[in-house]
Amino acid sequence: MDQTQSFWQFVIQQSDKLWSQTWAHIGLTLISLVIAILIAVPVGILITRKQKLSGIVLGFAGILQTIPSIALLGVLIPFLGIGPKPAILALFLYALLPIIRNTYTGIMEVNPAVVDAAKGMGMSRWQILMKVELPLAFPVLMAGIRTATVINVGVATLAAYIAAGGLGEFIFGGIALNNSNMILAGAIPAALLAILLDFLLSLVQKLNLKSIRISYLVLPFIFITLSSFYLLPTQIGGKMLGGFTPEFMGREDGYLGLKKTYKLGIETVVISDAVMYKAAFEKKLDVISGYSTDGRLKAYDLVILKDDKHIFPPYYAAPVVRQEVLDQHPELEGVLNLLSGFINDSTMTALNYKVDQLKETPEKVALDFAKAHHFYKPARVPGKGTIRIGSKIFGEQYILAQLYKILIRGNTDLDVITKTGLGGTKICFDALTNNQIDFYPEYTGTGFLVLLKPDRKTINRLAGDVKGVYSYVSDGFKQQFNIKWLKPIGFNNAYALMMRREQAQSLQIETITDLTNHLNQN
Amino acid sequence: MIKAENLIRKFGSLVAVNDISFEVKEGENLILLGTSGCGKTTTLRMINRLIEPDSGTVFIDGVDVRTRQPEELRRGIGYVLQNHGLFPHYTVAENIAIVPRLLKWQPTDIRKRADELFHKLNLDPVLADKYPAALSGGQQQRVGLARSLMVNPPVLLMDEPFGALDNLTRISIRKEFKALDELVKKTVIMVTHDVQEAFEMGDRICLMDQGQIKQIGTPEELLFYPANDFVADFFKEQRLQLELKSVLVCELLPEYSDRTVSVWERMEQLLQRDVPEGSAIEDLMSAFSAYKKQ
Repeated sequence: MDQTQSFWQFVIQQSDKLWSQTWAHIGLTLISLVIAILIAVPVGILITRKQKLSGIVLGFAGILQTIPSIALLGVLIPFLGIGPKPAILALFLYALLPIIRNTYTGIMEVNPAVVDAAKGMGMSRWQILMKVELPLAFPVLMAGIRTATVINVGVATLAAYIAAGGLGEFIFGGIALNNSNMILAGAIPAALLAILLDFLLSLVQKLNLKSIRISYLVLPFIFITLSSFYLLPTQIGGKMLGGFTPEFMGREDGYLGLKKTYKLGIETVVISDAVMYKAAFEKKLDVISGYSTDGRLKAYDLVILKDDKHIFPPYYAAPVVRQEVLDQHPELEGVLNLLSGFINDSTMTALNYKVDQLKETPEKVALDFAKAHHFYKPARVPGKGTIRIGSKIFGEQYILAQLYKILIRGNTDLDVITKTGLGGTKICFDALTNNQIDFYPEYTGTGFLVLLKPDRKTINRLAGDVKGVYSYVSDGFKQQFNIKWLKPIGFNNAYALMMRREQAQSLQIETITDLTNHLNQN
Repeated sequence: MIKAENLIRKFGSLVAVNDISFEVKEGENLILLGTSGCGKTTTLRMINRLIEPDSGTVFIDGVDVRTRQPEELRRGIGYVLQNHGLFPHYTVAENIAIVPRLLKWQPTDIRKRADELFHKLNLDPVLADKYPAALSGGQQQRVGLARSLMVNPPVLLMDEPFGALDNLTRISIRKEFKALDELVKKTVIMVTHDVQEAFEMGDRICLMDQGQIKQIGTPEELLFYPANDFVADFFKEQRLQLELKSVLVCELLPEYSDRTVSVWERMEQLLQRDVPEGSAIEDLMSAFSAYKKQ
């Protein structure tokens, strides 16, 4: 990969994707907004008439607002599946509060003497609403719509987690791939979009409602709504649908390699690994890009397709430690290496299954495992210093962090704090190089391709070479970052393509080549 | 013209209007006078059905108002509020065109009638395109009155129409309104808590307290023949001034020709002359004290 590629080169090279993501982003934002306006404005008017309802309605909309966006998307998937539908519903729910509240406030703030005069002159309730209350509340109402728009442009980035597209694909892909250009290519258009929509709405806000016909407002409104549906990603025309994480989509050892080496032509959507396995299980997706030790593999009865052309490099896990820490606490290296050899692929899958599916805490799983394998020792009294363990944001890393904590507390006089859930590779690695954590478990393949980014020749030479990759990252990290790779733990959490077991069996697909051949039939 | 029969209205446990009956003849000005909370505004608002009575009936021209559609009823009754109630997002011209437009008047007719009222109410035509916020308090109140007079309704309801104005403006606008030919012919019911205003504007005064009528009659009747202690006490503080205002010069001096001028107004006229006519004032005063002794 060319490291010196500038932001503009990236944008130009990816302009097709950028446009389609931007359009999808606009589509998601506007559709949800239009639906929200159609519902929230009448509700806001209703609660000015039925004051007793106002507390309940505003409270309920307020609660919706406080639900974390990712959680809300997760909750909606069982009902609406993946794709634009749950994303639009979530965005719609977020847009409700500002619009309802501002409609309500705007109308309540209209001078009662004016409404009284309107009534006294013989205007009907409808005329009072349309000619007095709404025009006077309009600036406040529009301020609510503007707030909702800006919120929605932001939240719509998360739509990328559930295969609804949008600029989040670049943002989360960029974070996962340690590619700043990609992050910016998503973040800058999203920010510009928020500013632009807000500006356009500010022009609407200044309109004098009295002097224009309502139809002049309604027509563009309908036009925007209809055209927004056109902007949404259309999907599912092909035989099979692949759901890949943003990270996998952008990687040489991921989707790019699949296309190049296997000539795999499959329709794809971008999706978060948090919902990917379930979506495959529920037949929303046919092929997914999982991790070979993931516990959900077992839970959802998925099978791994054999990588017969060896494009997925080995991903052996090992702790990466800052050299300074090892110098300061020489006893640490030996202790961390104690875990080496205990865990193979199936052991790790079983541990992950306990956390991911049986919902046991990583602490308990780690403790049970340590006791069962007789390396548990009661914690000593700490006093020599503190080791900060980091982890990425998935179960396996949490378990490893807890195992290391048990080992360190039992075998040294060091105290331990864990900083788990450090997002993707980039966040975790930056924390390490910036001296915010002391070590975390990393995978050889990730260190090789994502962090060191060697040239194409090196990648081709070392792909599939377990020892070669390990020694390459070992040397590279030492020279570039002064970070040491300790002994591999023993399991290989490589990328893998997966399918539902019964579908793979009925189609007789065992390898990725089989899959390609199946897709090319016709 | 307007007849209220046994009106009762409660708000929760509070009886705002407690069995009120009165009658207003065509062309008459009736003032509903009283302190705040006495039920005068509630009474007024029951006439154009902004508030519905719990029991009792209001008749206009012999027709029970409850048999009429409320919007249609209100369009035929002028309504002036204390805080003018002008639409802040409408220009002055648009504000006064509201009721005519509801009644589907032609734009040219609206324009013609507006010009006429602008002239009568001493409103500068350039104000037509201004928004209410750009007007002075006095101008706003004139526009409010113009708006209520646009369709020339036979009945006008005014709720503290001068309440929001400063003292000087209030007095001068009151005089202007009183002299307005449009108002002379109309049946007007006006709510106020200002005793001076009541005496200046009213043909008859309905003095209310705690939801009930204490006395209803001409200003003179209330002053000189109070029905009870409440009525007598109510005017105690301003008694002399009120008496001067309510007695007409022609009642004291039969030879005086103008039959609308009160003693108070006559005194003002006399005092304003460069060379005060001492004897004229003295004659007036002695006639007044003789009148009181009757």
